[in-house]
Amino acid sequence: MVNVPSLLEINTDLARKILTSFLREEITRTGMARGVVGLSGGVDSALACFLAVEALGPANVLAVRMPYKQSSPDSLRHAEQVIQATGVKSLTIDITPMVEPLFSQIPSIDARRKGNVMARERMVILYDQSAEFGALVIGTGNKTEIMLGYTTLYGDSACALNPLGDLYKTQVRQLSRAMGVPEAIVAKAPTADLWSGQTDEGELGFTYEDVDRLLYLLVDERYSPEECVQAGFKKAFVERVVEIVRRNQFKRVLPPIAKLSHRTVGYDFLYLRDWGT
Amino acid sequence: MIQNMMLRIALAQISTKLGDVPANLEKHLAYIRRARKAGARLVVFPELSLTGYALQDLASTVACRPVEDDPVFRPLLKASLVIDIAVGFVEEDVRNRFYISSAYLSRGEVVHVHRKVYLPTYGMFDEGRFFALGDRVQAFDTSFGRIGMLICEDFWHASPPYLLWLDGADLFLFMSSSPGRGLRTHPELDSARWVERVNRGYANLFTSFVVHTNKVGFEDGLNFWGGAMVFDPNGRQIAKGPNHEEALILAELDLNQLHRTRARLPLLRDERTALTQRELQRILAESSHTTNLR
Repeated sequence: MVNVPSLLEINTDLARKILTSFLREEITRTGMARGVVGLSGGVDSALACFLAVEALGPANVLAVRMPYKQSSPDSLRHAEQVIQATGVKSLTIDITPMVEPLFSQIPSIDARRKGNVMARERMVILYDQSAEFGALVIGTGNKTEIMLGYTTLYGDSACALNPLGDLYKTQVRQLSRAMGVPEAIVAKAPTADLWSGQTDEGELGFTYEDVDRLLYLLVDERYSPEECVQAGFKKAFVERVVEIVRRNQFKRVLPPIAKLSHRTVGYDFLYLRDWGT
Repeated sequence: MIQNMMLRIALAQISTKLGDVPANLEKHLAYIRRARKAGARLVVFPELSLTGYALQDLASTVACRPVEDDPVFRPLLKASLVIDIAVGFVEEDVRNRFYISSAYLSRGEVVHVHRKVYLPTYGMFDEGRFFALGDRVQAFDTSFGRIGMLICEDFWHASPPYLLWLDGADLFLFMSSSPGRGLRTHPELDSARWVERVNRGYANLFTSFVVHTNKVGFEDGLNFWGGAMVFDPNGRQIAKGPNHEEALILAELDLNQLHRTRARLPLLRDERTALTQRELQRILAESSHTTNLR
């Protein structure tokens, strides 16, 4: 079997240098100097916060905690550890009084929809705070969740720029350890924290370690699904992941615009965002 | 007779503003002044140094012509009265085709223009969509000797450096805007390691000097890794710029090293160009091995 774990190993010094330079240059070239991060208490947002502080300085980073009444106390506590360790500015806004009135008007709303509403409410707060603080919203989505679409569109996936989107979850953990993110945060089971005992891996039905190894072969090494099976992965697992990746492509692109003219945004009006800067 | 054959050159690994030619020109003039002050006789900029790399639809709006009355080239040509300059830009020809070009300026004149002959249009690259292919690979004479100039993907193919070698180039100027990719456990990205290996390889194979400049900074999520480098005809690295940081790197080239290396290792003397030509003609005539006859 291909030794994928070693292929997922990264040089954390180099990643750190590139990602902090990325945040600094791509924020300052817009004329801004500050960033806002939503701190969930999990490892992704903790790492994004550590990177942002190294790139911009603690006074230029605002960490926002946005608990819901059912959020685990651990989440708030772990987010507090990140705030203490980095010295960032911080703010806590309880989203319960914002989302509950909506939930109470919709009796049929289920846990998944509630989770999406909460993720989008947090996006609203982060974007509003970015205006207040004169900052850009720094994304916290990693490559695993982007590939799997394990994210709320226009919710936690919304950001101005994303330093983590080309790192698989297991690589996020490597870099987090190297940067001194508290071990309790790195080691705990990842969770969207929508209800007690919820974990990503419980919901997805596989572990990040397994799916990262598979995604690495499929995406980075361009293995066919058959080659992944030959490399030692279970056929049903491979087929399921391939289908999840395909089904979630819509979360990775901008909404298609129906083409009518000779020049249409998304097809033949092509400029980088850094145009002119 | 032994002359002083030391040549000091400067490698300007700069970041650029995407599509803002006046701002980039200003930075060029500042780096040229610094290079001149440091005693360099040649300063080499990266690919598309006057425009930035991922231009897409900006390509046609930032294009210029390397002529004396061009507002971009006028100040550069003036600066070239005291120091030779290799600079990257978008060239628009008289039929309004756009090229990724590099110009070598010396003593107020445009000595040579190279148009990129290999436009990567795969993976993250889309150059063939926006630019026309150059169709010449030629060395040119300077006061330091004969030089060959290539642009990034040009030297990812073995044939352009080989042609320049046969055309008399002893000093290769490779100018890149190379997006960094391939993060593994090494302290440099895969792409940086690849470029270093092949540059060293060309220096060894062609017993020549190889000079490589690369842009730094970011364009959206793309990082450019810099890491300017110079190899001598023995393949020894004689200068190396920092990765991911703007810098002006100075290198001392002992041009007599060509004499010493080629006395030891006469690869150029023994190169069988007629054999190459015969076999190439046969291969192209049979064409079953080579489907691309561009």
